[in-house]
Amino acid sequence: MSPVARNRLIALGALLVAGAGLGFVAFGNIGENLVYYWSPSEMLGQGDKAYSATIRLGGVVEAGSIQWNAEHTTLQFRVADDVKEGAPSVLVRATETPPQMFRDKIGVVVEGTYDKSGVFSSNRLMVNHSNEYRAPKEGEDPRQWQETLSDATAMGAK
Amino acid sequence: MGKFIKWGLPALALVVLAAGWWLGLAWAPPDREMGDVQRIMYVHVPLQWVAMVAMAINFVVAISYLMKASWKLDAAAEASAEIGLVLGTAGMITGAIWGRPTWGVYWSWDPRLTSQAIMLVTYTGYLVLRRFVEDPEKRATWSSVVAIIGAINLPIVWFSVRWWRSLHQVQSTPKTVDPEMTLALRVSAFGMLFLTIWFLMLRYRQALAERQAEVALPDALPSDLAAAGGANSTRVA
Repeated sequence: MSPVARNRLIALGALLVAGAGLGFVAFGNIGENLVYYWSPSEMLGQGDKAYSATIRLGGVVEAGSIQWNAEHTTLQFRVADDVKEGAPSVLVRATETPPQMFRDKIGVVVEGTYDKSGVFSSNRLMVNHSNEYRAPKEGEDPRQWQETLSDATAMGAK
Repeated sequence: MGKFIKWGLPALALVVLAAGWWLGLAWAPPDREMGDVQRIMYVHVPLQWVAMVAMAINFVVAISYLMKASWKLDAAAEASAEIGLVLGTAGMITGAIWGRPTWGVYWSWDPRLTSQAIMLVTYTGYLVLRRFVEDPEKRATWSSVVAIIGAINLPIVWFSVRWWRSLHQVQSTPKTVDPEMTLALRVSAFGMLFLTIWFLMLRYRQALAERQAEVALPDALPSDLAAAGGANSTRVA
């Protein structure tokens, strides 16, 4: 075989391997076994599998559910499937300072364990941002979200 | 080297990049939720885009080399992989810096971050392989195979945020971004693209000169001398 023909064969082989690999990743449903986080309803539907293993839970912070205790620096809130009222939700207890964008109705991913008392103990609280970037509206200060959280802090301390 | 490539292109790139970053840092409004932190977008996003462009060039020239062998294609493959790796690494670092104040963490094993990490490791391996193979023809052929197989990760990195749940948000579009921010981002991206093209051309010329020297005078290369001399002297010792 001439070197040119050999190289073209190699190219074809490499492309086939690459295409098969990509096809497997794209259409092989590996996402079903490798999820980055469970939603509250999925986690509740897991039964015993959800208990005591370290897992990630993702959803939105239920409106009005944030409780911050400044004395014990504990944070409690409910993570719900979505912002609709009455969506399945899970109570989360976190022990670290939340990121500055943390607030009602924002997307969060928490890492930790779920126990049989129905509380998810989080040791890592992450906030996820949407793909929207907007200028502040009239009379709005971007820092106000931080203020909101310190207000919550003050309320919890009372 | 043409005067335009030597002086005109870098000057153009720096002017456009400076304009884009000025627009982004001083002219565009801050994000209503993130505040000024969001402005790192004008650095992070262009870096990731041009890294993808460089990797895509690497894939195309790798296939082209196997179709029709030439040192020019091999030099282009080496240049694009190196530049892409540098840009992708810078993109990942700026992403981590952005992640800490917004997500709360520098790093999480989410699909986008993980696939990008695999991409960087793949191209590091590609460059390591190139350094290990002494015969220029074998090096070019073998590394082309690695480049083609490694490139399957590029669409995975791009679509990871759509295919799977992730911490990283999906791609923004002009519909989800304010027009001022979009303009600043586009100008920054073009500046970064011109800079990348300039880097690629410089590195390509170096790589091609190296390749031609290797082929013309295989014995004159310092690495070969050191390898031969080194092996002998250890045996004597």
